[in-house]
Amino acid sequence: MSDQHILDAATLKADEAALPSENWFERSETLVKLRKNKKFPTIWCSGCGIGIVMGALIRAIDHLGLDNNNVALVAGIGCTARMPVYMDFNTLHTTHGRALAFATGLKIARPDMKVIAIMGDGDALAIGGNHFIHAARRNLGITALVVNNSIYGMTGGQYSPTTPLGSKATTAPYGNVEPPFPVCQLAEAAGASYVARSTVYHALELDKFLAEAIAKDGFSVVEAVSYCHTTYGRLNRLGTAADMMRALKDNSISQTAFQALPPEAKAANTKIVRGNFVNIDRPQYTQSYANLITRVQAGVK
Amino acid sequence: MAVRLMQGNEVIGLGAIAAGCRFYAGYPITPSTEVAEILSRELPKIGGKFIQMEDEIASMAAIIGARVGGLKSMTATSGPGFSLMQENIGYAAMTEIPCVVVDVQRLGPSTGQPTAASQGDVMQARWGTHGDHPIIALSPTSVGQSFDLTLKAFDLSEKFRTPVILLTDEIIGHMREPVDLPDFKTIHPFDQQVIEPPQTYKAFRNSPGDVPPMAPFGVGYRYHITGLFHDEVGFPTQRLDEVDPWLERVNSKLDRHITEITLVKEDYEPGATIALLSYGCSARTARHALKLARARGQKVDMLTLFTIWPFPEKQVEALGERVGHIIVPEMNLGQLALEVERIVGRKKVRRVTRANGEMVTPQMVLDAMDIAMEAK
Repeated sequence: MSDQHILDAATLKADEAALPSENWFERSETLVKLRKNKKFPTIWCSGCGIGIVMGALIRAIDHLGLDNNNVALVAGIGCTARMPVYMDFNTLHTTHGRALAFATGLKIARPDMKVIAIMGDGDALAIGGNHFIHAARRNLGITALVVNNSIYGMTGGQYSPTTPLGSKATTAPYGNVEPPFPVCQLAEAAGASYVARSTVYHALELDKFLAEAIAKDGFSVVEAVSYCHTTYGRLNRLGTAADMMRALKDNSISQTAFQALPPEAKAANTKIVRGNFVNIDRPQYTQSYANLITRVQAGVK
Repeated sequence: MAVRLMQGNEVIGLGAIAAGCRFYAGYPITPSTEVAEILSRELPKIGGKFIQMEDEIASMAAIIGARVGGLKSMTATSGPGFSLMQENIGYAAMTEIPCVVVDVQRLGPSTGQPTAASQGDVMQARWGTHGDHPIIALSPTSVGQSFDLTLKAFDLSEKFRTPVILLTDEIIGHMREPVDLPDFKTIHPFDQQVIEPPQTYKAFRNSPGDVPPMAPFGVGYRYHITGLFHDEVGFPTQRLDEVDPWLERVNSKLDRHITEITLVKEDYEPGATIALLSYGCSARTARHALKLARARGQKVDMLTLFTIWPFPEKQVEALGERVGHIIVPEMNLGQLALEVERIVGRKKVRRVTRANGEMVTPQMVLDAMDIAMEAK
């Protein structure tokens, strides 16, 4: 790998959205949403995509003008699940796979709060898969942010429910023989009201999807496709973080562009489709339960 | 109110409401399901919330989440479900989030006998989760007491910021007895008061002797809660100067209030050389045996434990000094007897055990008493 490679990646232009001006970071009002009293840097490897998702989440919350006191971030275990500790909201770092189950109790106790469950692919879909489909089925007003890096990063690179077939992992030294979950289709089938996917290369698109998801009164899912250059990238010889970032650009396609493809090209597509796939209105759980309470208290059977 | 014929599980549900519980999450399992059924019916009437979760792991997580949101919370389960809840019980202990877990014990291990009684979860209630942590477990011997101990479970949980296990069993849970429940308006449950402003509030302040109150989410106290070792404001830490004071405070917080937590009944006679020690449904057997033994002129002491954990060491130690023999009937293979032996020594303890779903009989207790008396 030459250094030029890294420099090239650093100057890539977003293909669908304009980049913000260069000094946005210094000017940003949104940075007050980071915790000043928490010692940075983060635990993430340099080059990791999770920080980009954190930035997108902060910008989305800021865009919606939410009061920090009224936002709760609930996470499970893993690299992604460490995200809430850096942000100045009500933050709950729970047990592996159970973020949505904790979030369920919190949301029911405080239906007025915006509850966002932050999970990695293993956290959300392996150990937490049951809670994921049931939270979607109930259409509980929670946003599930799934950062999908196709691997268990924190434990050192074991295969996850989203590891591509044939890819290597420390527990799949001869290649993964399990097919991966299509996260968005799973969420849609389970009943989510809002489902969208983008990548950490398309950070501003993530901002938009996250803002829409958080504003949605229902179970909303945003799959943020990321990468793990430290484990997955190394085991599969995919290069540096910059290389993997570039691959997200090259190997993804917008929903609009995908829809415009001829049928045979659609069927042959192996690129990550980015877009908002579901945006429907269904009765939201806490509202349905509030209606039940009203009915019961009025003496209606 | 009026005297009514009620079931133990039913009374636990009502006790929870009287204690201020406004959130219940659970998963159906025999023989605890009635608790969920009662609360699904009663909670909405008073604006409370009930949810049937996808499993017991989620149920335990949801009640912790709801308490973080400010609602007093409870779940109820039995053996296999109690096993599934253990990791998140440990989380509640680590994060000091109050909650009540009802375990209506059934015969195990594994599926065992869902409809048969047992007291096989005594040790699981204490050590079911990994790591050292404080825990409280209370065990009722009657339907009426199921109500009182549910109230106590909530109050202790809130006061000491700890999960409390209400360790009942299939017999007490399904038995019907006449009970006269008090007017709930006369009950004044303990409620935490957060006085400090958010600027100086520390959710895990390590002042000696202190159990800091827990501010709920969403009212201006933005802080971090984690199952990792954490500092006073909740951030993860590996610094020993932050970890050690936490360990010291949390692992001694119950010891400092042991008198308030411990509930036992001492029915002692001058000159007794033998004693019965029991709890839960087996205490009823022991009481029957006590009556028979006293009727035939024997001098016998009886110690009934309602607080199982922390183990009432002082009271058991004193009993060991009074008598030469302690008979411990229980519906397992000697789990609580282990603790009694730890305090008074093995020689003084005679276990009367049964782990086949049938109650220990008074005759088994009397026989054990006879053998003990002959053995001296």
